[in-house]
Amino acid sequence: MNPEFIINEELGKLISNVVKKFPSDKKRSAVIESLLILQHHNNGYVTKNIIKALSDYLLVSEIDIYEVATFYTMINIDPVGRNVISVCNNISCMLRGSDEILSHIEDKLKIKVGESTKDNKFYLKDEIECLAACNGGPMMQVNHKNYENLTLEKVDEILESVNDK
Amino acid sequence: MINKLCTETFGLKNPDSLKTYLDKQGYQAWKNIITEQTPKSKIIEKIKESGLRGKGGAGFLTGLKWSFIPLMDGQKYLVCNSDESEPGTCKDRDILRYNPHSIIEGMLIASYAIGASVAYNYLRGEFMDEQWKVFNHALSEAYNAKLIGKNILSSNTTIDIHALIGAGAYIVGEETAMLESIEGKRGMPRIKPPFPAIKGLYGKPTIINNTETLASIPKIMLNEPGWYKSLGVNDTEGMKIFSMSGHINNPGNFEIALGTPFSELLNLAGGMWNEKNIKAVIPGGSSVPVVKGDIMMQVNMDYDSIAEAGSMLGSGGVIVMDESTCMVSVLQRISRFYYAESCGQCTPCREGTGWLYKILTNIILGKGTQNDLHQLERIATQIEGHCICALGDAAAMPVRSFLKNFWSEFEYYVDKKESMVS
Ligand SMILES: Cc1cc2nc3c(=O)[nH]c(=O)nc-3n(C[C@H](O)[C@H](O)[C@H](O)COP(=O)(O)O)c2cc1C
Ligand code: SF4
Ligand code: FES
Repeated sequence: MNPEFIINEELGKLISNVVKKFPSDKKRSAVIESLLILQHHNNGYVTKNIIKALSDYLLVSEIDIYEVATFYTMINIDPVGRNVISVCNNISCMLRGSDEILSHIEDKLKIKVGESTKDNKFYLKDEIECLAACNGGPMMQVNHKNYENLTLEKVDEILESVNDK
Repeated sequence: MINKLCTETFGLKNPDSLKTYLDKQGYQAWKNIITEQTPKSKIIEKIKESGLRGKGGAGFLTGLKWSFIPLMDGQKYLVCNSDESEPGTCKDRDILRYNPHSIIEGMLIASYAIGASVAYNYLRGEFMDEQWKVFNHALSEAYNAKLIGKNILSSNTTIDIHALIGAGAYIVGEETAMLESIEGKRGMPRIKPPFPAIKGLYGKPTIINNTETLASIPKIMLNEPGWYKSLGVNDTEGMKIFSMSGHINNPGNFEIALGTPFSELLNLAGGMWNEKNIKAVIPGGSSVPVVKGDIMMQVNMDYDSIAEAGSMLGSGGVIVMDESTCMVSVLQRISRFYYAESCGQCTPCREGTGWLYKILTNIILGKGTQNDLHQLERIATQIEGHCICALGDAAAMPVRSFLKNFWSEFEYYVDKKESMVS
């Protein structure tokens, strides 16, 4: 059993800023942003203990939080690589060659979509749909930052320049 | 181009700063309303007269929507929909990062007009690194300038605006799913009626508008009645941003007069790349029917003209395909999207989107049959009109239009087990 997760003062401050956006009896509204904050401070994923801690903090049932955690694709409930790569492979990007970009990344990192590298440096996200940068296709996000008009050479450069956290 | 509304600050130095926006008469419309305490009905009337239509996809008249809000006192909400995730659409992301104050001013005016003291702007989670930061910064600038908050500009008016962030789910763009998401739940669309204007966020009257819709409001309020209408050409009214993507030389966002011929828009986007011929266009985001290239070249970019060509203006995401495009592969990709994004509440959508994707994938793997093509049509018919929200229709419409317009290409793939074009 993992040790209990404690929402410390720093995290508590961030979460209470989220809670403030909503009516005082609507703390549940803060669940999504709070999960994103907590996952950011826990190597990119949330654990059962994190859900429990948030449940106690917001007075929202654990199952209600778990439901949200599994519905939204940006919240991970399993460990993932430290740097998240999301490649768009929807139509506009596909028309500009995103299939090649995606297979190049898969070959280079020796993983498939949805997997993390052995050294846990990269996670190639299982969601490969439109990221609202269609006129910059092909495109990808690395740790949520956009890289557009990609070529195979650009992809190499970007991935090699990722400083491990 | 003149008459920029939402894109006015694009390309300027520090486009997102309050100073830049103020230099462009920013917040003037809001200041006028606050100092004159303009009656709400007058604002709604002006928006009605302008003919402004929602830019989020359905094209619903904005002033009419606002007028559905009950007049009685009590908590009301405004929600700005910045969840932009319809494939082919990427205009709101640019307004958010290059002209965030136009959204804030539009949200203030809309909140005032419907009597909402609290407004939320819901941004898709993937905007976290750039748009989220820029928009939040703009909000704090506006708060510091006392344009938002308590006793705005020493009046008795109080309006708070908060930015919210999503966490990855296309369906949250559907307005009632967005309300569920703001309430901290899974983004599953609600059954309508009741409509949000009567029973919305936390059960209170709520108006949901698209980012571009709200960003258009300040300029409409600042100008004479009739001004916005007159911007349209070829017998239509108003403006729209089109996101141009695909096989063109200069992909980008173009804010143009509604009614502009598609051929002119294509020229603005640098024309077809590699001097290839145009084969097909999806004129309004991946949910709308595909149109053959030669027909599209005769169409004007307005609601009626595109409808006559058998499609819809939708979100304004224009995807251009040249003669080298395999329509079977494109449709399979579209179907994968709706299969991945269905929230799973309605059986026809949950099961049907899976079958559409499975059958199309089989065809691409060379395992398709003639019967599969008819099966695709049958499944699409069973989904359409049988679901809680429009995602079901959005999955079905492309299937029917691709088959109708490119039947021989699908037949060829099934018979020869390879694409007609490669
Ligand atoms: C599946 C689905 C996804 C949608 N996604 C968006 C979206 O990302 N942005 C948006 O503004 N509207 C989206 N809409 C439309 C909204 O439900 C709503 O009509 C719109 O935000 C209203 O704003 P408007 O009247 O200003 O256009 C979507 C609708 C459906 C059915
Ligand atoms: S149509 Fe599809 S996405 Fe919409 S509510 Fe039903 S299952 Fe969910
Ligand atoms: S299709 Fe790739 S970003 Fe939209």
